[in-house]
Amino acid sequence: MSRRISMPLAVLTLVIAACTTAPPTPTATPAPTGGPTAGPTAAPTSPAGALLATIQARGQLICGVNGGLQGFSFLDNTTNTWSGFDADFCRAVAAAVFGDATKVEFRALGAEARGPALQTGEVDVLIRNTTWTAGRDSSWGNFAPTTFYDGQGMMVNRTLNPDAATLEDLAGATICVQTGTTTELNLADAMRVRNVEYTPLVFDNIDATYEAYTQDRCDAVTSDRSQLVGRRSGFTNPADHELLDVVMSKEPLGPVAPHGDDRWFDVVKWVVFATFQAEEFGITQANVAEMASTSADPGIRRFLGVQPEAGEIALGLGLADDWAVDVISAVGNYAEIYNRNLGPDTALALERGPNELWTNGGLLYAPPYR
Amino acid sequence: MTAEPATLPHAVVPPWRNLRVLRFVAQLATLLVVLLVGGWLAANLVDNMRQSRLTFGFGFLDATAGFDIGESLITYSATDTYLSAFVVGLSNTLAVSMIGIVLATILGVITGVARLSRNWLVNRIAAAYVEVMRNTPLLVQLVLIYAVMIQLPSVANSIALPGAIFLNQRGVSMPRPVAEPGFGPWLLLVTVGVTVTVLAHVFAGRREEAGRPAIGWRRVGWATLGLLVVGGWFVTGTPFSLDVPVQQRFNFVGGLTISPELTALVVGLVIYTAAFIGEVVRGGIQSVRRGQIEAANSIGLSDMQTLRLVVFPQALRVIVPPLTSQYLNLAKNSSLAIAVGFADLFSVGKTMANQTGNPVSVIVLVMGTYLAISLSTSLAMNIYNRRVQVLER
Repeated sequence: MSRRISMPLAVLTLVIAACTTAPPTPTATPAPTGGPTAGPTAAPTSPAGALLATIQARGQLICGVNGGLQGFSFLDNTTNTWSGFDADFCRAVAAAVFGDATKVEFRALGAEARGPALQTGEVDVLIRNTTWTAGRDSSWGNFAPTTFYDGQGMMVNRTLNPDAATLEDLAGATICVQTGTTTELNLADAMRVRNVEYTPLVFDNIDATYEAYTQDRCDAVTSDRSQLVGRRSGFTNPADHELLDVVMSKEPLGPVAPHGDDRWFDVVKWVVFATFQAEEFGITQANVAEMASTSADPGIRRFLGVQPEAGEIALGLGLADDWAVDVISAVGNYAEIYNRNLGPDTALALERGPNELWTNGGLLYAPPYR
Repeated sequence: MTAEPATLPHAVVPPWRNLRVLRFVAQLATLLVVLLVGGWLAANLVDNMRQSRLTFGFGFLDATAGFDIGESLITYSATDTYLSAFVVGLSNTLAVSMIGIVLATILGVITGVARLSRNWLVNRIAAAYVEVMRNTPLLVQLVLIYAVMIQLPSVANSIALPGAIFLNQRGVSMPRPVAEPGFGPWLLLVTVGVTVTVLAHVFAGRREEAGRPAIGWRRVGWATLGLLVVGGWFVTGTPFSLDVPVQQRFNFVGGLTISPELTALVVGLVIYTAAFIGEVVRGGIQSVRRGQIEAANSIGLSDMQTLRLVVFPQALRVIVPPLTSQYLNLAKNSSLAIAVGFADLFSVGKTMANQTGNPVSVIVLVMGTYLAISLSTSLAMNIYNRRVQVLER
C-alpha cells in the first residue's frame, strides 16, 4: 500500500522542487509553434542589436527558405548544396556578418509555416519568395528591399487549350492553387472583378498542386510568374505549357527580418542594397579585390570600406569595414546572382524586366552609401 | 473497497497509517500534479504568444474571407465572411462523415458476416480485405485512390454511361433533379402514402401479435403508396425535371458533379473503416452462444431468420460500443481530406489560419468543433446502446 501512494507523492515533490529551484521562466522552453528548434534563438523582443550579437555568437545564420523552388531555393541533389536566387541572398547576409558565406543553416519552410517561424524567432531572416504586403509587414516582420519584382500569372497546357488568351477565356475552368498564399486571394479577386465563374482546387502542398496540374486535373495553375516558370522547367514537356499574357497582381518578393530589432533589419537591408550598388558601380565577383585596392573613386572606396573614406558606416551597422567586399566576392553583384540562377543561360531564362537597375529603366535603386 | 481488514479492535490508527487518509492524500496529490502541469503549459502558451505577438481571439470571423472554395453544400463566395467559410468546411465534413458512416456500416456488416461464412472463397476474400486495409495507413490509401482516380480519361474523352452519367478525371457528372412548381403537393401526397403504409404495417403487426391473421393490410398500404406516387405524378404535372450535364469547353456544366477529391475521400474512409467494423461485427456475432443458434435452428428458423431475429439482437450489445469508436475515427480521419484537396473543416481551417495570421485561435476553433462532433456522435450512440442492451429480468 505504501508503495502505491508514494509514487504520486514523489512526483509532487519533484514538481514542487522544480518549481522552486527554477523560478517561473517559461521563456526558456521552445515556443509552441516553433517546432523542433535547434540552437539558441533570440526572442523577438530583444533589445536593438541583440540579434546580430546572438547570430555572431552562434556562428551561423539561420535562413528560412522555400526549399522546393527551382531557381530560387532548392537542394541540388547532385552536389548536395543549396542553390538559387534566395539561397544566394542568404549567403550574402552570412558573408556580411561572418565574412564567410558558408555559415548558413538553411531551413525549408512551408507557405503557412513561414510567418510563425519569423514571429517566434525560429529563423533570423526569411528569404522565401515572400510577397511584401501591408498585412505581413505589420505582423510578420520588416521587409528589406525587394529582390525580385514578380506578378501573379496563369499557366495553361497549350496542347489542351491552344487558344486561351485571357482570364475570361478560362470561364468554367478548374484552376489549381496552393493554399496559404496571396495567390489564392488574388485569384478570387481577379475572377470576381471580371465576373468569371471558375472552380478552385486547393492543395496544401506545392508538389500536390503541380502534380494535379500536370495530370490535367485542372485546366490552369496560378502562382507567381517566376514560380510557374521555375516549376515548368521541371515538367516532362515544358514546351507544352505557356503563361497567359496577364499579370493579376504585384508580387514584390524580398527578405524579411523579424520585428523588434532595427539594427539587424538595417544589416539585411544594406546587404540587399549592396548587391544593387555593386552592379551600378560595375563591381563584380572577379574584380572586387582589384577595385578595392586600385579604385580612385571615393564612392567605390567608401562602399568597399577603404579608409579613410569609409569612416564609421560599417561600425554603425555592426559589421566589418570591408563587409561589402565579402558579400561581392562570395555571391557577386545583383546581375551575377540573377544570371546564375534565373538568367538566359538557366532553365528558367527569365527576362529581367522590372528587375533592372534604375539606370536601365528598372526598379532596383539603392540609396547612397555614405 | 468497503471492508477494511480488521486490525486490533479499538486500536487508534495514526493518520499516516490510516488507509482512508492516505488514499485521500494520494488523490489530492495526483489532482494537484495534473493542475500544476496543465497550468504551467497554459501559462507557457500565453507567455510565448505574448512574446511572439500572436493574439488570441475570434474577431476575424466577421471579416471577409476573400478566398474561394471549390465544393460547397451551401452558397458561398469569396466576399462572404470567414465564419461562412468555416460553416462550408463544417458542412462538408459533416456530409462526408454521415455518408461515410452509413456506407462503412453496410460494408462492415457484410464483411463481418462474410468473415464467418462457411463458403471458403467468400471467407478468404473477406479476410484478405480486412488484413490489407487494417494494416496499411489510411493516408497512403487515400493518396493512392486519388492518384488512380485522376488517371481516368479527360473531359473530352469521358466515359458515357447510360442515363446521361459521365465519368472522367474531373469526377462523375449525372443528371440532377430540379423541383418544379408541382413538387410541393406531390411530396405531400407521397408523405401521406408513406404514413398510410407505415400505419398499415403497424396495424397488421398488432393483429398478428394478437394471434389474428393480418389479412391484406400490408398490401393495402403498399397499394395506397403506389397509387399516390404514380397518380400524384400525373395530377401535379411532373413534379421535378432533370438537369442534364452538358459538356462545355473545360468541364461538364449543369447536373450534379461529384469530384474525384470527394469520391477518393469517401471511398478511402469507407473501405478503411469498414475493415475495422467487419472485425467488430464478427466479434459480436461470435460472442453469441452456439446454443442460441442451435435453439433457433431447432425451432425451424432459416439461417437468415436466425441471423436477423436471434443472433443480431444479442450481438448488438457487444458491437455497439466499439462501433461508436469506429464512427468517431471515421469522422476524425476525414481531416485527411487536405491531402487530396477536398475543402473539409480542417482544410478550410488551415487556409483561415494562414490568411488571418491567427493560427492558435483557428486551431482551437477547429479542435472544439471536432470535439463537439465527436461528443454528439458518442451521445447518440450511447442512447442507442442503452436501448439494445439486453434487459435484465
